[in-house]
Amino acid sequence: MNVTIRSHMTTIVALGTALLVTAVLLLTSSSDVLHAFAILFWGALTSPSRIADMVMLMSPLLLCAIGLSVSFSAGQYNLGIEGQMTVGGVAAMGLLRMYAEGQAPYLYWLFAIIAGMLMGLVWALLVAALKRYTHVSEIFAGLGLNFVALGASLYLVFGPWKRPGVASMSGTEPLADILWLPTLTGTRLAWLTPIIALVALVVVWRILRQSHWGLQVRACGLSPLASTRMGIPATRRTFQAMALCGALAGLAGALQIIGVYHALVPNVASGIGLMGLLVALLVRADIRFVPVVAFFFAIITSGSIQLPLSLSIDSSISGVLQGLIVLAVIVSRALTKEGQS
Amino acid sequence: MHVSIRNLHKSFGAVHANNDICVDFAAGQIHGILGENGAGKSTLMKLLSGVYRPDSGTICINDTPVQLGTPRRAIEAGIGMVAQDPVDVPVFTVRDNIACGIHMPATRDLHDQITTWCTRLGFQFAPETVIRTLTVGQRQQVEIVRLLIAGSDVLILDEPTTGITATQIHALFAALRTIVATGKTVLFVTHKLDEVVALCDTVTVFRAGSMVGLQRNMPITQSEMLEAMFGAMTPPQYASAVVATLESPRWTLRNVEFHEQSLRVGPLSYQLPQGAIIGLAGLEGSGQRPFMQLLSGLRVPDAGTIYYDGAPFAYDHPDVVWLPADRLNEGIIGDMSLTEHIRLLQDVLLNDGSTATQKATQLIADYAIKATPDMPLRQLSGGNQQRAMLALIPQHVTGIVLEHPTRGLDAVSALAIWQRLQERRSRGTTVVFFSADLDEVLQYADFVLVFFAGQLSRIIPRNEMHEEQLAALIGGVGFQEVLP
Amino acid sequence: MNSPQLVTDIAAIIAMSAPLVFATMGIYITERAGVINLSVDGAMLLAGMAGFAVALLTSSVVLGFLAASVVGALVAALVAFLGISLRLSQTAVGFVLALLCTDLSSFLGNPYVQQTGPAVAAFPVPGLRDLPVLGRLFFQHDMVIYTSMVIVPLIAWWVYRTRSGLILRGLGERPEALFARGVDVIRARYMAVILGGVLIGIAGAAYTLDLKQGWTYRHIAGTGWIALAIVIFGAWRPWRVLFGCYLFALLQTLASRLQDNTWQIPTQVLQVAPFVIMIVVLAVVNTLGSAEMQTRLQRLPTGLQRILRYITSPAPAALGQPFEQQ
Repeated sequence: MNVTIRSHMTTIVALGTALLVTAVLLLTSSSDVLHAFAILFWGALTSPSRIADMVMLMSPLLLCAIGLSVSFSAGQYNLGIEGQMTVGGVAAMGLLRMYAEGQAPYLYWLFAIIAGMLMGLVWALLVAALKRYTHVSEIFAGLGLNFVALGASLYLVFGPWKRPGVASMSGTEPLADILWLPTLTGTRLAWLTPIIALVALVVVWRILRQSHWGLQVRACGLSPLASTRMGIPATRRTFQAMALCGALAGLAGALQIIGVYHALVPNVASGIGLMGLLVALLVRADIRFVPVVAFFFAIITSGSIQLPLSLSIDSSISGVLQGLIVLAVIVSRALTKEGQS
Repeated sequence: MHVSIRNLHKSFGAVHANNDICVDFAAGQIHGILGENGAGKSTLMKLLSGVYRPDSGTICINDTPVQLGTPRRAIEAGIGMVAQDPVDVPVFTVRDNIACGIHMPATRDLHDQITTWCTRLGFQFAPETVIRTLTVGQRQQVEIVRLLIAGSDVLILDEPTTGITATQIHALFAALRTIVATGKTVLFVTHKLDEVVALCDTVTVFRAGSMVGLQRNMPITQSEMLEAMFGAMTPPQYASAVVATLESPRWTLRNVEFHEQSLRVGPLSYQLPQGAIIGLAGLEGSGQRPFMQLLSGLRVPDAGTIYYDGAPFAYDHPDVVWLPADRLNEGIIGDMSLTEHIRLLQDVLLNDGSTATQKATQLIADYAIKATPDMPLRQLSGGNQQRAMLALIPQHVTGIVLEHPTRGLDAVSALAIWQRLQERRSRGTTVVFFSADLDEVLQYADFVLVFFAGQLSRIIPRNEMHEEQLAALIGGVGFQEVLP
Repeated sequence: MNSPQLVTDIAAIIAMSAPLVFATMGIYITERAGVINLSVDGAMLLAGMAGFAVALLTSSVVLGFLAASVVGALVAALVAFLGISLRLSQTAVGFVLALLCTDLSSFLGNPYVQQTGPAVAAFPVPGLRDLPVLGRLFFQHDMVIYTSMVIVPLIAWWVYRTRSGLILRGLGERPEALFARGVDVIRARYMAVILGGVLIGIAGAAYTLDLKQGWTYRHIAGTGWIALAIVIFGAWRPWRVLFGCYLFALLQTLASRLQDNTWQIPTQVLQVAPFVIMIVVLAVVNTLGSAEMQTRLQRLPTGLQRILRYITSPAPAALGQPFEQQ
């Protein structure tokens, strides 16, 4: 019990330190630190449309973080998540472009989502295969494939799928209105997206915590050699965990296309995957905390968008704060562990 | 150099590894430090070489108190140690290995100094040889030369004769005698009585962290030393070999070929009997590790076939279990509890927590494991981890392959492990194990299989074998006579 | 392509790889000591931004480089503290720091975006500059690029020919052995990581004050990761790492060259080509270096074996493993 209290105390001190450092940094560009913090922590919740925007960010973040919790359980640093999200978006767009006037959009949504998931899955398996069969660390394989995915989507935006006449960074010709996922009235939020994310959360949580498969995946992540010795097919479990992560990232990418951008933009992932990695690092494969942290990070990120306008503070402070929090918490964890032994 | 130790204490948690040690080591002599595994000899040597820091007590060199505490200070005080498994850099040459420390002469002079010492001590390795290509015995010799060049006056050798051949042991003893003749001090740590008799000028016996009586000058009889080592406890008896039947062999190897790095082994044809303990003996890297992996189904032979109970043997055979020496990395999952391990071994879709906890509680009681069902196995002592690994072996398993079954374990734990394995054997299980400790092989094996440079002896019944013969065989002496 | 054009291109490749050379050498030293510093990408951005800002405010390029190396050293010291002293996962720490430093560079660099600041002056070497071909290739650059040309032989000499270089290599191979030989492993690793950080910082400033003068958001993002990959490609050998840097610059030059020509390859494909080739090369090199392949390779003739072994020399054995003093 004592240990638990101490570890909570250390976590609080860690969060305090992260806030303090952020405050000092904020002082360099604005005197009104409290106002800045108010916008960061509360700004995203001040109007229905802002809340909707925050949820729009949180949904793909949640999907990525859930997926990354699975790949982290298997001991993989899936830095390729951004690429997996991008190809998911590309695949979804490819399918939606086949839409012909007068058909029901539902089937197209379904198939676009399936196509996105499959493509993300393939992209993740590519990382796993490069690691397993050619010994390229998943970090570099993933990063390399991110560049490749980005190249592919840029090529499509500026090449075959470009707007008639003008190719631009703002993306391809928008989809027909009927293909846009329906939104909550008065907001831009496609309500289906957070629902899918929450369903995915519950399903994956159950799989990871309660199924034999989930236990085996964790065992492989902790010790592939010992797992193999105990008859667990470690390679297969690692591939499956990566595939699940890639599929969820692809799902996130597909939903960004149908529900947010309504066109293929060059950078579908736009840093959400990397933020998901921060979330996953913070919760350490314990998926129960994923929604809490994802919610918090989404609030900070959405809130920070208001900073340049109201206080002329650069919005990248939200990324700084998130990084500091993750760093402070993993340090505090190490310190509590030292104290125990 | 004269070393005196006064009232030295060192504890690890609840274990009092060194309790009030007071002893003197005079210059120009070889001092035997004798005791069972876990008696506290190694702790004392690590205190002297600065690897550990004492809790209390003083160490004096030539009557001046010294603060050790890091290897650097120990080296500066003139004390150096050769570990049982030499701590060197495998990819470096001999010369670089010696050069990469503090207080070393310039690289140009090093070459000459190495060759000079090699000639004086009768060692045969060149300064440009890469360490990786040397045997354990030669690497020990490199370490000795390194300490001499560093100017060490006190040389500590921790169990140097484990894992080296009889010839190398003779060369080592001759070198140590030459070294002490120059006025240096040698501390020779061992658990083998005959080595103390053959080599040492004095002997100090350790038991359970304390010195048994005072340091005594040799000669004293082996039985006196035995009594000191084990006290009231009777020394371990050689288990009588059971007569195992070869009629229905467990493993059958037909023209099997395999390799270990550049070492090619085979073709081999063997039959390993049911209900027997088979000890593998040999120097590290003689082919025993891939052999064990073959028997466990962790690798496939380059050629030939393996049968198990008459049927072709496949990867991941449910009736065979492999227990590696590196328990925490290859054997068990350190961050998972016994309950979780039991759940891992269940073949179900959804996990049922409560039955697994019950079973864990049961196993903890049966195998006298000091743990709770939900404690991560990392937190257990080595002996308890090994017991947990044994406890996790399903009942239907009929073949167990172990590597260094009791390495790092205290005498009581080691005995408990072997009692479990002997129980299994009496129920028909075949146990195959490799140990660098020849005593362990001779004590527990019913049959011995000797490996030498990729060659295998025939399966020799334990009672046809004695200790000197086995030590000679692992070095290749008389190996032709035991070939199949 | 006529000959002068080729010479100009090669000179440009030498120039444009200068920052990569500094970064890879920094990573090389760090990893030789057995530590992985994954923060390079962010650290380079932050150091580059700091270098540019300081140079702008003080109108001194030298102070700019100094500031950049201090920033690089500080980030590296943080990696060392967390990875060596607290024994946290070096991968996790490095990744978080990479993101954190990237955002920090955007935040703190906000006032300096697209400002015109000082830059490293060209310095053709008197006398040598007029040599035919060689002059254009090697002697019409600036001090940063000259340094990048001599730093590799210097580091190679240090690592392979001196006692302290030997100790550096030992740190990455088997720190326990060095500890037993009286070396303060923790301190020595700190020193190596911080020295590496200085070079990584200089790499950042080499971009903002020399090759891609000025500062914009994330304008060199990605190069740090490339540098990390090049060190693996170079199998932790200085000359091969240098070759990797030049190869990467060559690929980039080729990409832009092919774009100029009337080849029908779209720009975007060419831009990702170097990354794809890098992965493929890593895959081939690592596959050849794997234990299974090495065993198979033993059947090849010795000459061929030696070549292959050179291509596939293994990573420092203790890379990424924390050292625990007993």
